[in-house]
Amino acid sequence: MSDHDYRPKSKVGQWFNDRLPLLTLANHLTDYPTPKNLNYWWTFGGILTFCLITQIVTGLTLAMHYIAHADMAFESVEHIMRDVNYGWLIRYIHANGASMFFLAVYIHIFRSLFYGSYKSPREIIWIIGIIIYLLMMAAAFMGYVLPWGQMSFWGATVITNLFSAIPLVGEGIVTWLWGGYSVDNPTLTRFFTLHYLIPFLILGLVVLHIWALHVPGNNNPVGIDIKKPSKDTVPFHPYIVIKDGFALLMFMIVFAFFVFYSPNILGHADNYIEANPMVTPAHIVPEWYLLPFYAILRSVPDKLLGVVAMLSAILILAVLPWLDTSKIRSAVFRPLYRQFYWILVADVLILGYVGAMPAEGLYLLIARVATAYYFLHFLVILPVLGFKEKTLPIPLSITEPVLGGAPNFAMAKKNKSKIE
Amino acid sequence: MKKFLKLFQIVTLLLLINLQSFAAEKVDYLKTDWSFKGLFGKFDRASLQRGYQVYTEVCAACHSMKYLSYRNLAEEGGPEFSVDQAKAIAASFEVVDGPNADGEMFTRPAKLSDKFVMPYENEKAAQAANGGAYPPDMSVLVKARGGGVDYIYSLLQGYEEAPSGITLDEGVHYNKFMYGNKIKMAAPLSDGIVEYGDGTIASVEQMSKDVTSFLMWAAEPHLEARHKMGFKAIVYLIILTTLVYFSMKKIWSRVKSEV
Amino acid sequence: MSEKKTNRRDFLFTATTAVGAVGAAAVVWPMVDQMNPDASVKALASTEVDVSSLKPGNTLTVLWRGKPVFIRRRTKEEIDEARSVKLEDLIHPEKDEDRVKKPEWLVMLGVCTHLGCVPLNDKGDYDGWFCPCHGSHYDTSGRIRKGPAPWNMEIPKYEFVNANTIKIG
Repeated sequence: MSDHDYRPKSKVGQWFNDRLPLLTLANHLTDYPTPKNLNYWWTFGGILTFCLITQIVTGLTLAMHYIAHADMAFESVEHIMRDVNYGWLIRYIHANGASMFFLAVYIHIFRSLFYGSYKSPREIIWIIGIIIYLLMMAAAFMGYVLPWGQMSFWGATVITNLFSAIPLVGEGIVTWLWGGYSVDNPTLTRFFTLHYLIPFLILGLVVLHIWALHVPGNNNPVGIDIKKPSKDTVPFHPYIVIKDGFALLMFMIVFAFFVFYSPNILGHADNYIEANPMVTPAHIVPEWYLLPFYAILRSVPDKLLGVVAMLSAILILAVLPWLDTSKIRSAVFRPLYRQFYWILVADVLILGYVGAMPAEGLYLLIARVATAYYFLHFLVILPVLGFKEKTLPIPLSITEPVLGGAPNFAMAKKNKSKIE
Repeated sequence: MKKFLKLFQIVTLLLLINLQSFAAEKVDYLKTDWSFKGLFGKFDRASLQRGYQVYTEVCAACHSMKYLSYRNLAEEGGPEFSVDQAKAIAASFEVVDGPNADGEMFTRPAKLSDKFVMPYENEKAAQAANGGAYPPDMSVLVKARGGGVDYIYSLLQGYEEAPSGITLDEGVHYNKFMYGNKIKMAAPLSDGIVEYGDGTIASVEQMSKDVTSFLMWAAEPHLEARHKMGFKAIVYLIILTTLVYFSMKKIWSRVKSEV
Repeated sequence: MSEKKTNRRDFLFTATTAVGAVGAAAVVWPMVDQMNPDASVKALASTEVDVSSLKPGNTLTVLWRGKPVFIRRRTKEEIDEARSVKLEDLIHPEKDEDRVKKPEWLVMLGVCTHLGCVPLNDKGDYDGWFCPCHGSHYDTSGRIRKGPAPWNMEIPKYEFVNANTIKIG
């Protein structure tokens, strides 16, 4: 990379760039050397940027018509759906956009898990990512409260009540969160304020996430360090731009099907009933993207420990770079880890499934086993696997794939020491 | 790609199990062919107009539709009454307006811009008049019920004699599609309860279909615009995706690598 | 590399960019149009006003589309004053006859055409209205006579439903 060698061609450009090196930044972003073997799982970073911008733009326009008041919120949403020009379109994009955002972020996270993108030297990228994910959950939860339907109201009640599990100060914190003795107008207005703020925090963190990424450069499916720029890399523009664009368009087709042909399938019918503090719906279910954590929460019979388990399930990810002791990044060269990876994927899907089911009988048993396995994977399997696993030989560079067919342990060792 | 397929299979399987188990909780709803389903689904205007008649002559005695205005009846994509017809419909209702210059409230015939007149002053009054059960507002009723149109359509036709063993309290009725099978609303429809102007025979089945279509439109007044725009958007996206795909192939042909 | 091949590539890229740009533009429109008046605002088109109690020389102010409408029952002198002015003396030449349906009744938007303030009744150098914001004087026909306002006050669409009722809009 030769960032500081860059000089704009025009005089005006030079004058400007000497004072504010925006053109240097633009040049860095277009020339940024990217591994040329990135597969489509790597396109979700771009897709997520698109999701964030879509949510911010549609959210801003919705906020021009929405009224954050307990007596008028539901009505104002109906007003948007019926009377505002293209209001139905903007709201359906925003509501389904949240689901698409989470779909993309889960793929992004699991891509990282498979190819070991969280490992040295990319720990900071990973941790910023986890913070973004937490903020996304907060934003999504508060956004779901705003239409002031039955699920909004009772979801808010249940989730805020989680804080009452904290010993001594719990009740006080919950009252403070509500601004009253139940979820009511003060709660709604503060949730609206925070729902408006959080996306901009996420945006700032995304800048840091990308900045931190551009220091070591992208990981890649082979998981080895590569020289940059070299014959293993291509400039970001046009190669990665067009590829990300293609993947984004495929993603948008799926998105469009939801928005135009089944806009309410991911939502819950009860949220079209206005909030009623006197009646709780028969089944309280969070949005699909929170179901695995909801299952973990319910699988622990103790109130405080349940909350602790749920939070730990997320926070454990932040220390993942130090739990995984293997020096090899990509699961492609880790035959055992690969098996466990798919078991983890299945485990999380099962957790999501039982999270949507009533917490009783067989479902509860499955939830408990799956919860236990979730923690087992991170706390026991990963640390031990790093020492015990016999990894496959890894190539020296992307353009020179593995020599021969048989495992070449000498090579693997050599590469291992190289990475260290 | 194989891995992708494997993952895809797992997800599909889980989704299928999920959907089935949701469906398994419920009775099988009565089916009919809804004209508004599918990629090009549109409302049947005549059916919506008949449905409005059923609503206004039968349902409106107890159920409000507080998010609809009389102007909606003449808007594109709905029952599409003519503006004059909609004005006449509006004028047949009295609304409270005011205060006038003397500070008094007064009644006047409704205008197109007015909201549908409510049967009761407030929710409490509605409860008091209906044995404690609030007849839900029907503006978004179809979207507020799990089974959607099929559920409403079935419920209207689901009244039966209670099977032996089930005792019903005073003012409670048996309906095989209602959650818990007990419903406070008496069977609202009976053959010929309304007289259709277009000569359609007003059977319970026909009225159920008409009024349910009407409620679907009421809950989703821009459904037709959505379907139309959706088709255009997706065709556009497919064209652009194809173009981008070939551009990508071209660009990547400069490097020796597979895309 | 042959020239032909380059051209074809150029065409593909141009087509892709063009199609993409059309789509991007189409997406912008809903985001812009959502700020235009919505269907419920557009529907509030008309109000009916009972003017039976209004005495000559008095003005009634009613709200229509969020703006005040002045309904003035003019006296004989006011009508004569408005009609005796020569068109050449006016900043925005309009005959009084063209501004009223019945000479006795002046119905106009009570909004100063300068920057939107509401002028005061029976004030100013021309016995009509005076805008306190920047000193525009209007005559008994609501025409601008002195000050920064460029046009006469606007006449909305209205009709007499009967002798005592005016429908605005």
